[in-house]
Amino acid sequence: MTRLTGTLIGALLSSSMLAGAALAAGTHPVTGEPLADDQTFTYRILDEHSSVDPQVVEDVPGSEIVRDLFEGLMNQDEQGNLVPGVAESYDVSDDKLTYTFHLRENAKWSDGNPVTAQDFVFAWQRAANPELASPYQWYIELMSVRNAAEVIAGDVPPEELGVRAVDDRTFEVTLSAPLPYFPQMTTHATTFPAPRKVVEQFGNDWTRPENIVSNGAYVLTEHVPQERSVRERNEMYWDNENTILDKVVALVINDENVALTRYLAGELDRTEVPAGQFPRLKTEYPDEAISFPRLCTYYYTFNLSESGPEAFKDPAVRKALALAVDRDIVATNIKAGGELPAYTFTPEAVAEFTPPETEMGRMTQADRDAKARELMAQAGYGPDNPLSFSLMYNTDQAHEKIAVALSQMWKQKLGVQTELSNMEWKVFLDTRGQQDFDLARGAWCGDYNEASTFLDLLDSGSGYNDGKYSNPEYDKVLEEAKTAEDTTPLYSRAEEIIAEDMPVIPIYHYAGVYMMDSDVGNWPVDNVEQNWYSRNLYKIAE
Amino acid sequence: MISYIIRRLAIAVPTLVLLVVACFFMLHFAPGGPFTAERPLPPQVLANIEARYGLDQPLWKQLWDYFANIVLHFDFGPSFVYKDRDVNDIIAQGFPISLTYGSLAFLAATLAGTALGIAAAIRHNSWIDYTAVSLGIVAQALPNFIMGPILILTFTLWLGWLPGGGWNGGQWPYLVMPVIALSTSYMGNIARITRSSMLEVLNSNFIRTARAKGLPERTVIWRHALKPTLLPVISYLGPVFVYVLTGSVFVDLYFSTGGLGQAYVSSALTRDYAVLLGVTILYGTLTVLVNLVTDLAYAWFDPKIRY
Repeated sequence: MTRLTGTLIGALLSSSMLAGAALAAGTHPVTGEPLADDQTFTYRILDEHSSVDPQVVEDVPGSEIVRDLFEGLMNQDEQGNLVPGVAESYDVSDDKLTYTFHLRENAKWSDGNPVTAQDFVFAWQRAANPELASPYQWYIELMSVRNAAEVIAGDVPPEELGVRAVDDRTFEVTLSAPLPYFPQMTTHATTFPAPRKVVEQFGNDWTRPENIVSNGAYVLTEHVPQERSVRERNEMYWDNENTILDKVVALVINDENVALTRYLAGELDRTEVPAGQFPRLKTEYPDEAISFPRLCTYYYTFNLSESGPEAFKDPAVRKALALAVDRDIVATNIKAGGELPAYTFTPEAVAEFTPPETEMGRMTQADRDAKARELMAQAGYGPDNPLSFSLMYNTDQAHEKIAVALSQMWKQKLGVQTELSNMEWKVFLDTRGQQDFDLARGAWCGDYNEASTFLDLLDSGSGYNDGKYSNPEYDKVLEEAKTAEDTTPLYSRAEEIIAEDMPVIPIYHYAGVYMMDSDVGNWPVDNVEQNWYSRNLYKIAE
Repeated sequence: MISYIIRRLAIAVPTLVLLVVACFFMLHFAPGGPFTAERPLPPQVLANIEARYGLDQPLWKQLWDYFANIVLHFDFGPSFVYKDRDVNDIIAQGFPISLTYGSLAFLAATLAGTALGIAAAIRHNSWIDYTAVSLGIVAQALPNFIMGPILILTFTLWLGWLPGGGWNGGQWPYLVMPVIALSTSYMGNIARITRSSMLEVLNSNFIRTARAKGLPERTVIWRHALKPTLLPVISYLGPVFVYVLTGSVFVDLYFSTGGLGQAYVSSALTRDYAVLLGVTILYGTLTVLVNLVTDLAYAWFDPKIRY
């Protein structure tokens, strides 16, 4: 036994004794699996988290910790469905502009005080308050909360935000426009309650382990920046008796290959699989190497603005380039982690909407190539007049491999000359944001599980539309979808327009690719947003 | 001597100010800012954030405020990335870690390197010499970013003797691999420099004289040859000491030690201005101090040098 495991077990024994060993050494109440005595889950994070302040946090590892420490109005279950959190239920007014959330009576902060509607009012006002200057202020506006834009602009005080505590246990939100997926958005960290007294007493330092008070299933007990953060069972949590995992440890390991080595040495229960290594690991560790679809798309975006190349203004050229990409090679040979070839912009994994099968998706690669050659010739490009442009991506091995592969495909099939340029992340973002490119890499992960989180990106008014694609019909379809009862035909139409206009080349949809210790129970592989809650996990006795 | 030290320290202040100013402008003129993100922030949100951190002020005003805060409050500013911590926190947390394993690596490299070099020179062209030279060349060819993965694979994965990373307050099992990884290539260099320097000294006239008057070899080596031998070593050690503290980014990366090297590099990539400037000032000050100490050490080792 290594010294580390020894220390961990020692620490765990004492912590589980303190916790009263509610369910340890027993069997799982639902599945009947034998539970390990050591209910500690240790996982790797790539970078130190930005913050554990729910209104301030902006990164994925930080949000994962916040989701354990705090609980919002609604939660997600293992499939990503909406389930009650602090709110037992909610009502919607007939005009769909007022949501009333009924908070559970037994929800408590870790200092024993009840969680009240005022805590949510405080938190939401805080999130929008320009003084806090949260990088997620826009989320409150995205939720269409009344007066959000005005509060953020500093035109009206935060007290004017459309939130109100009717009484201690009734929280009311008024929207500026109906938003069908508003309840889904309350599972996001920005909307979680904050303990006013503690925040005001300690200021910026309120999230330190010695000061923090939280209302989730866990409390933050240790934080060594750049090394580890530890969260342990919150005895005050209303559903504490159904929580099995006692302790969760997040270790910062920057290098993914080192993380994999430490996983194999038994120091971690979960780590990411470096690109290309999945097939080997799946053969060697069939029970531990797992892959499942994620709500993300990898794509290339054409610069359709004034500064973009003239050739890209012709949809036939854009289509030809998209057709000539052999996505199976990218997905199976380069990424090799169970990623799915992308023929639509929205991933198939998205909830309540199945992207239509596009013409390109139905064709064989040989047919696609033939069609691509035809379109290129039609657009006036050929051996005598070869198309050439530059392809820009941020410095990374996997991005480079894909860029090289695609430029080869275009060269062999269409005689296209591609000049590759890679740059450091911030320079890349700056350059792409200023439309100083021909073709650029892009990637998007859904903010919430609904097709509009992808489709909105190509709206002509979107701040993330770096290619400056603009089609009035597309914008109109999305506008209608905002309030439509049935969004499916509208979203399908939007995907069809993308397939016709091809403003971007969808390449593949991401997969979550992990090494996961086989004694970790109930990892939510079906939750495409990967919003996981430690209180739903458990460790099985080996 | 005292006036020399005072003069050197007085020059150090404008040097550091220049360093910070240059660094400040380079950072601000680099494309992309601390809040450039995959998802561009809406203009109003960006304006709010920039107002909070004073980034909406003209550059000269930002620079002025930066110096004023340091001089008046010893406050090196906030981190734009780690919202719950400021630069003082980050340095206070990371520097002791870098200093601990850096000093140990420095000590290990110096002791082992000089011992190896001296042994090789004294037993010139013997098997000891050949072994020491081969060892030195191998060590030199193994920079920390090669040593890191090799050590982790060997001691963590195959042998299972040492934890694969972390710091845990600096307990020794967590120190072994970072120290070895960081020290090997320096040790190789030191051994090579010591050996050639010692060989040169042993061939010089005053050593021949010492031997001729019948001094025992032990006295010749330790009393007469050692000090002049170490002169070139010392001029090499000064920068090395700063390197092991600053150049430890790979060690931080591979062994998740939480040291300052990683924070330094990541702050450059994330445009975390204040963190980068703060660490630059720290390393700049260290460089100035270590150079001064090196120059003073010269005087002690070589009686010909006077200040």
